[in-house]
Amino acid sequence: MTELLRPRSMGQARERVDGAAKVTGRARYAFEQPVERPAYVHPVQATIARGRVRTMHTGDAAALDGVLTVLTPDNAPLLATGHDPELEILQSPEVAFRGQLIGAVIAETPETARQAAGLVRADYERQPHDVTLSPERDDLYRPDVVNPSLPTDTGQGDVDAALRAAEHTVAATYTTAMYHNNPMEPHATVALWDEGGLTLHDSTQGVHAMREAVAPVLGLDKERIRVIARYVGGGFGSKGTAHAHIVLAALAAKRMPGRPVKLALTRQQMFSLAGYRTPTIQRVRLAADAAGRLTAIGNDVVEQTSRIKEFAEQTGVPARTTYAAPNRRTTHRLAALDVPVPSWMRAPGECPGMFGPEVAMDELAEDCGLDPVELRVRNEPETDPDTGLPFSSRDLVGCLHEGARRFGWQRRERAPRSRIEDGWWTGTGVASSTYPVHSAPGTSATVRLGRDGSFEVLIGAVDIGTGAWTILTQIAADALGVPAEDVHLHLGDTDLPQAPVAGGSSGTTNWGTAIVEAARSFREKYGADAGPGDELIATVPANPHSDRFAMRAFGAQFAEVRVHAATGEVRVPRLLGVFAAGRIVNPRTARSQFIGGMTMGLSMALHEDSVFDERFGFVVNHDLAEYHIAACADVESIEAQWLDEHDPYVNPMGTKGIGEIGIVGTAAAIANAAYHATGVRIRDLPVTADKFLD
Amino acid sequence: MIPFDYRRAEDTDGAVATVAGNPRAAFLGGGTNLVDHMKLGVAEPELLVDVTRLPLDRVDRLPGGGLRIGAAVRNSDLAADHDVRERYPVLSQALLAGASGQLRNLATTGGNLLQRTRCVYFQDVTTPCNKREPGQGCSALEGYSRYHAVLGASRHCVAVHPSDMAVALTALDAGVRVQGPDGERTVAVADLHRLPGEHPEWDTVLNHGELITAVELPELPMAARSRYRKVRDRASYAFALVSVAAALDLSGGTIRDVRIALGGVAHKPWRATLAEAALRGAPPAADEFRAAAEAELADAQPLRDNGFKVPMARNTLVSVLSELAGEELR
Repeated sequence: MTELLRPRSMGQARERVDGAAKVTGRARYAFEQPVERPAYVHPVQATIARGRVRTMHTGDAAALDGVLTVLTPDNAPLLATGHDPELEILQSPEVAFRGQLIGAVIAETPETARQAAGLVRADYERQPHDVTLSPERDDLYRPDVVNPSLPTDTGQGDVDAALRAAEHTVAATYTTAMYHNNPMEPHATVALWDEGGLTLHDSTQGVHAMREAVAPVLGLDKERIRVIARYVGGGFGSKGTAHAHIVLAALAAKRMPGRPVKLALTRQQMFSLAGYRTPTIQRVRLAADAAGRLTAIGNDVVEQTSRIKEFAEQTGVPARTTYAAPNRRTTHRLAALDVPVPSWMRAPGECPGMFGPEVAMDELAEDCGLDPVELRVRNEPETDPDTGLPFSSRDLVGCLHEGARRFGWQRRERAPRSRIEDGWWTGTGVASSTYPVHSAPGTSATVRLGRDGSFEVLIGAVDIGTGAWTILTQIAADALGVPAEDVHLHLGDTDLPQAPVAGGSSGTTNWGTAIVEAARSFREKYGADAGPGDELIATVPANPHSDRFAMRAFGAQFAEVRVHAATGEVRVPRLLGVFAAGRIVNPRTARSQFIGGMTMGLSMALHEDSVFDERFGFVVNHDLAEYHIAACADVESIEAQWLDEHDPYVNPMGTKGIGEIGIVGTAAAIANAAYHATGVRIRDLPVTADKFLD
Repeated sequence: MIPFDYRRAEDTDGAVATVAGNPRAAFLGGGTNLVDHMKLGVAEPELLVDVTRLPLDRVDRLPGGGLRIGAAVRNSDLAADHDVRERYPVLSQALLAGASGQLRNLATTGGNLLQRTRCVYFQDVTTPCNKREPGQGCSALEGYSRYHAVLGASRHCVAVHPSDMAVALTALDAGVRVQGPDGERTVAVADLHRLPGEHPEWDTVLNHGELITAVELPELPMAARSRYRKVRDRASYAFALVSVAAALDLSGGTIRDVRIALGGVAHKPWRATLAEAALRGAPPAADEFRAAAEAELADAQPLRDNGFKVPMARNTLVSVLSELAGEELR
C-alpha cells in the first residue's frame, strides 16, 4: 500500500494556470508559432476510394504565382516503409481510401497553396471499392488483440445454455454510428528541417509519442527530432497517435531545407485524415433469474477497420467487467474496408461498449419488473468478473444511490409513456459508467530549485485543455511541500523528460506519479540543504499493485428526456453524472472534464453521425454545419458530482483519471429515458425525431 | 478559393452597373453563405461588390400601413425591430430561429433571401451536382437526403432552400424590390425562388446584376397573431427539418383568412395554397387542420432518408394552427 500524498493544494478549486493566457490570446497554438518566412502546405486528396493514381497533372498548380513546389508520389522524398502504412505517404500510387493523401502543394501563402491544390488533377485507374460494414459479411475476421492489447474474445460458462434456461432474457442488436473527434483546434504542424535536425510544433497529445512514431518513418535518429506542444485545443484521442499530415509537414520541410513550413488541416480534411470511431454493431444477450440476478452476459461485436492498417476498438470490454454473471462471452470481429484509418476517440471501447449492454439492462429491468437502479445494484460483483482480482476500490452502487437521491429517481413512474407535459412526453433513464485506470511505467520528471527558492518542474506532458498545467502544479506543490505559487511548470517539449500521451485518462496518474517521485527523491537527496540549481530526475517504475487489483473508475448517469408528441423532437432537460474516480485534484477542472465528457455523450446520443456515402466512400456531412455537435440549448441542466473515494493502490495521489468516464453511459441513459418517455425503444444511435413519428 | 477583387459600393446605381457589367462579379452582403462557398470552390467570383454600406439599412413604415425593410438591415436588427415584433411576430420568430447569434449579426435581409439552396453534395466539388455543373447528375437523389425536398423537386435537384426568414415573408405576402440595369421592379417573395425543374442552377428569378434593395411587408392585421415553428435535430444552430409559418384570422367560429408557408420541404419556401383554400370558411378544428395539411402534402415524394418529413410537416402544421386558434379563441 502506498502512502498517499497529503493534500494541501490538491483538492482546491484553483483557477487554470493557463486560463488568462488562453483567453487573451497569448497562449500560442501550433500553427501560431512565430517562424521566419514560412511556406504553407495544402494537401491533395484522392477522390476515389480504391485504385491507383495513373498520372498527376500538376502543371496548372506549379504555374501559379507563389507556388514553390508540388509533391506527388513521383517526386516525394523517400520514407522508410514497413513501420506504419498510415504514415508512409506519397510512396506509391496506390489509393486505399477516398481522402488519402496523394500530393501536396507548398506555396508562399496558405491561400495560394489551397488554390493550387485545387488545380492538381489526377487520372486514376479505378478499382471497385468495398466500404460496407455488415454483420452478414463472410470475410469478417478475428483480430489478434483489441486496443490497446486486450484479448479479442473472452468466455466462461455457456451463454447459450444460460439464455435457454433463464426466467428473463434480452437478446437484441444495438448499433452506434461512425463518429469523428472534431477538436476545436484542427490538426496542425509547423516543421523546420535544418542541419540540426527536424523541429515540429505540433498540435498533439504527446510530444514523445509523435517523435517515436515519425522517427523510423523519416529514417531519423529520434534525438534529431524535437516536438513541441505547449498549448493544444483539444484532441479527444485524434491527436494521440501520429496521422499522415505530420509526416506530410516533415516531407515538405525536407523539401524546403532551412525554411519552416506550416500545415493545418481543414475541418473537411479532418474527416478522412485524423482518425474516427468505428461504427459498432453489438449483439447483446442478457439472462437473469427470477430475482433479476444475471446468469449470462454476452456482447458479440462487429466493427470496421481500414484495409491498410488495423485498429480494433475494444467495444466488448466493459461487458467483461461491469456486472457479475457466471456465464460470459465477448467477441470482436472486423471488416477490413477501403475506408480511412479508425483510431482512438474519447473512451475507445468503453464508450460504444456501454451503449448496447446498458440499454439491454434497461430492457431486462422492465422484463424482470425491477427498477433499473435496483437491477444494477443486485448484480454488483464482489471481485472483477474479468480477472478475478479484487477491485482496488469500486463504488458503482454508491454512485447509483447518490445519483438516484439527487435526481429524485423515487418519483419516477414505473410504466413508460406515463407523463406528458405541454405536448412533450417526459421520462427518465439511468446507465452505469466505467473506465479503467491505465498506467505506463517509464515516465520521468525533473525537479530543480531556482534562485528565488521556487521550484521548476519539468516533464514532457501535454495539456490538451484538460487542466494538466493546473493540477500538475498542485501535485508538485504538495509533493515538494511548498505553495502552488512557488512551482513553475514546463510542459510540452521532447527536450523535457519522457512522458506518455495525454490519453487513456492516464495523464494525471503517469505524470503526477513522476513528479511525486522526483520531489520525494529531491527531498531525500538534498534534505534541507538544497541550493539554487540543484536538480534531480526520477523515473517511475511499474505500479507493484497493478497485478494484485483490478483498477477502474465507476459512475452512474441519470437523464431526463422530453420527446415532442407531434414533432418527435428530443430535448434533454437534465443530465446528472455521479462518479467514484479516486481523489479529485481540482474540483474546477474536474467538473469541466466530467461535464465535457457528458456533453460529448449527449452529442453522441442525439446528433453525431458521420454519414458515409457508400457510393463515393467518404463522409458527406464533413463540416460542423452538417455534423451536429450538441449545443447548449440541447440540455437545460448538466451536473457532475463525485463521491470521496480513497484508493491507496492506484498511485501516490489516489487519482483514477477522469478525462473519459463522463462520455461512458450517457447515450444509454438518454436512450433509456427516451424509452421511458415514449415507450419507443431506440437501439440504433442517434436518438432522432424521425424515430418517434408514425 | 481563387484570388478576387473587392470593391465597396458607393451608391446603388454604381453597384448594379458594376456587377451587371461583369458576369464574374457578385454582390457581397454579410458573406455568411457566399464566402463559405468561395472557400469551398463552389462559387468563384473574381469581383465582390460590398453593398452593406449602401443606405439600405432602415426599417420604415409605409404610408399604406406596411413596412419597408432595407436590404442591408441585419437579421438581428430586423428580429428586434419593434414594429416587426408587434405586427409581424412570425418574421421575428423566424429570424431568431435561424443560424446563430454571430451569423444573424452579419447576415443581411437581401443576402438571407439569396442564400443558395443547401445540399452536402452541392457543397463538395468532388461529387456530381447539377446545380454546380448542369448535366453532371444529382448525387442526393439516391444518396444522403435527410434534409432534402419532399415537394416540388425534380430528378435534377432535390435540395431545399434553407432560409427561415423567407418562409415567414412568403406567408406574409411580402414583395421584393429589385433594382437592375434597366430600372426597378417588384417581385412577390413567393415568386422570387424557383423550383428546380430542368434548371436547378437557378435558385431565383433574378437576373445577373439585379440587386435586392428592400423587402416590403403589406399591411396585414391578422399577422399580429402569427407564429413560426421550426423543427430541427439540434435545439439551436441547425437547419429546419420542417418549419411552419402561419397566421390565422377567425371570425364567428370560422376561419376567415389563413396564411401558411412551409420551410425545409422544397427548393423554395412553400406557400401552402391548397391547405389555405381548404381552411378558408372552415371551422377551426383539429381534424380540419389535419385534412388541410394532408391535402397540401398529398403530392409529397419522399426520398430514401426523409419520409418522416411528411408526418412531421403535417403534425407541425396541425400543432401551429391549433395553437393559433386556441390563442384567438381565448
